Amino acid sequence: MTSAMTSAMAGAVPVLEVEELAVTFTRRGEASTRAVDGVSFAVAPGETIGLVGESGCGKSVTSLAVMGLLPRRGVEVSGSVRLDGEELLGASDRTLRKLRGADMAMVFQDPLSSLNPTVTIGTQVTEVLYEHRHMAKKDAVAEATDLLDRVGIPDPARRLGEYPHQLSGGMRQRALIAMALACSPRLLIADEPTTALDVTIQAQILELLRELVLGSGTALVMITHDLGVVAGLCDRVHVMYAGKIIETADRHDLFARPRQPYTGGLLASVPRLDAGRGTPLTPIRGSARDAIPWAEGCAFAPRCDNAEDDCLTEVSGSTVPLEYDGPGRELRCRHPLQYPPAAAGATASGVPR
Amino acid sequence: MLRFIVRRLLQLIPILLGLSILLFAWLRALPGGPAVAALGERATPAKIAEYNRVFGLDEPLWTQYLRFLGRALRLDFGTSQTTGRAVTDEFFTRFPGTVELTVFAMVFAIGIGIPLGYLAARKHGSWIDSTSVIGSLLGVTIPVFFLAYLFRLLFAVQLGWLPGSGRQDVRMEATHVTNFYVLDGLLTREWDAAWDALQHLILPGIALGTIPLAIIVRITRASVLDVVNEDYVRTAQAKGLANDTVRRRHILRNALLPVSTTIGLQTGLLLSGAVLTETVFAFGGVGSTLREAISTRDYALLQGFILILAVVYVLVNLLVDVSYGLLDPRVRVK
Repeated sequence: MTSAMTSAMAGAVPVLEVEELAVTFTRRGEASTRAVDGVSFAVAPGETIGLVGESGCGKSVTSLAVMGLLPRRGVEVSGSVRLDGEELLGASDRTLRKLRGADMAMVFQDPLSSLNPTVTIGTQVTEVLYEHRHMAKKDAVAEATDLLDRVGIPDPARRLGEYPHQLSGGMRQRALIAMALACSPRLLIADEPTTALDVTIQAQILELLRELVLGSGTALVMITHDLGVVAGLCDRVHVMYAGKIIETADRHDLFARPRQPYTGGLLASVPRLDAGRGTPLTPIRGSARDAIPWAEGCAFAPRCDNAEDDCLTEVSGSTVPLEYDGPGRELRCRHPLQYPPAAAGATASGVPR
Repeated sequence: MLRFIVRRLLQLIPILLGLSILLFAWLRALPGGPAVAALGERATPAKIAEYNRVFGLDEPLWTQYLRFLGRALRLDFGTSQTTGRAVTDEFFTRFPGTVELTVFAMVFAIGIGIPLGYLAARKHGSWIDSTSVIGSLLGVTIPVFFLAYLFRLLFAVQLGWLPGSGRQDVRMEATHVTNFYVLDGLLTREWDAAWDALQHLILPGIALGTIPLAIIVRITRASVLDVVNEDYVRTAQAKGLANDTVRRRHILRNALLPVSTTIGLQTGLLLSGAVLTETVFAFGGVGSTLREAISTRDYALLQGFILILAVVYVLVNLLVDVSYGLLDPRVRVK
């Protein structure tokens, strides 16, 4: 139901549809962990969605599940992931290999460790072209030069012969983006692509991603914990907590009127330049480890200032559902943040009780 | 790169100087001195004095040392007291055998060790993995002379499948050009001679190769286990590359870096003479010659062999360092 709704919102046939995706890790002799728990979302061509949450909330596992990159052993994936209507869960290795790198691509967090240190940049770019586009060597090299040029790497012909350690951090991430874009994928997943970079470089990389998405109609899934990235890039935002989506909204709505207390807390914890010197930061109390299983109630309840008794399943008798919360919004909360009818837009410090 | 090599070669000088002093001092420190060593304990004082005068042993030590060094630089280490041939000639007859044995042992160790180590890592926790871990543990713990003896007894003496001593059948009238017997056979088109020499390498080669094999399996396995969890392997998979490309270019290429160092060091060790294995198989390479020289007190030969082997060992290490630079661009010296 939810994914049908989100895709209708985007107003186009979605490139990626994820429905009720669940990922469980099991290890012998240990209780299994449900890292992703019934996540549904869709991305339309040219649309950018953000998956936001703190470390361990399941956002990266979601992306790896979509790409089919989770290890086989000890991992159980259920639900549905469709790329242009084609079901990916349970697809053969061969099918997935053909899609990966060609129709769906991924940019990773740490550009240095994500590049093979003993292979030249040129080989790492051209190998995608050989694999999926079956290019001849001469064409592949020309195309690789062009790709590096397009992602803003100066002197691309020379860079092809260099190794990752000879490039700066920003250039490495650009090279990774070039590899991801080599076959003009329909879907690009960027897993915290700017986390390991300097602030100035971050802005450049985001700008680059935005241009590339706008120009080609690629659907972009941006995985991040950085709300600045969300504000600058994403059309729609899904906030995740303990493996579930807890709030979905348009970017502007989310920043203006966060409803889930967790989202409110995330926004409130962003340091502000206009706050007085020495003003303490406002963190969300506790840590992600304090989450309770969703079966016992709202996972965020132990850290939530709005929590009441009925946030717990044993009192209310049901798991907190993800429900319609106005046009384009969904919310998983029994006691959301409230706004006066004429709200002028909530600021971080003005989160009402 | 060239500068790096030259610098490393210059480092050879102090190493060899130190070693030469050590060897020189060792000979003079023998009970009764070299004269007694050469003439035997029942030599008369007159004979000893005569011997010392002829060989300049009555001169001051530093003159003796300089003369020794000067000769060593010209690869003149005197003559072997047992064979009467120049030590250098003796070395270049014996060394090719050891090289052949080393090459065979290392090809065996690498050819089996790397695939096995890789397989063990990829099937982590399976029976292949545990078998190879236990097997390699056995491989390093079984004393090599015992294994060599066992092989000889079983495959040469009992079953008679393979020759159990020497480098080539003595009845084989082979022409020797380079003293590398297998190579000689190939060069002179005496195929049967080459084949015979190769057969003589099998048992000692496998016995000698077990320790390197065990070490290579373990290191390859550990290294592959490390590398498969690297981010760049995930990147390669995310690119949808063929399994074979991921395996060769992204996993093995990086996993083999530490293995290559081990291979180099082991090769250096084997080249400097596998005394035990060669002795069991009466192989006649550097190792068994060294043992004979020790028991016959052939000091000139020992002195010469040890110095030359030290040079070989250092050169092999240099080769390892240079090749490491070729394999890993991050340590490449500009």
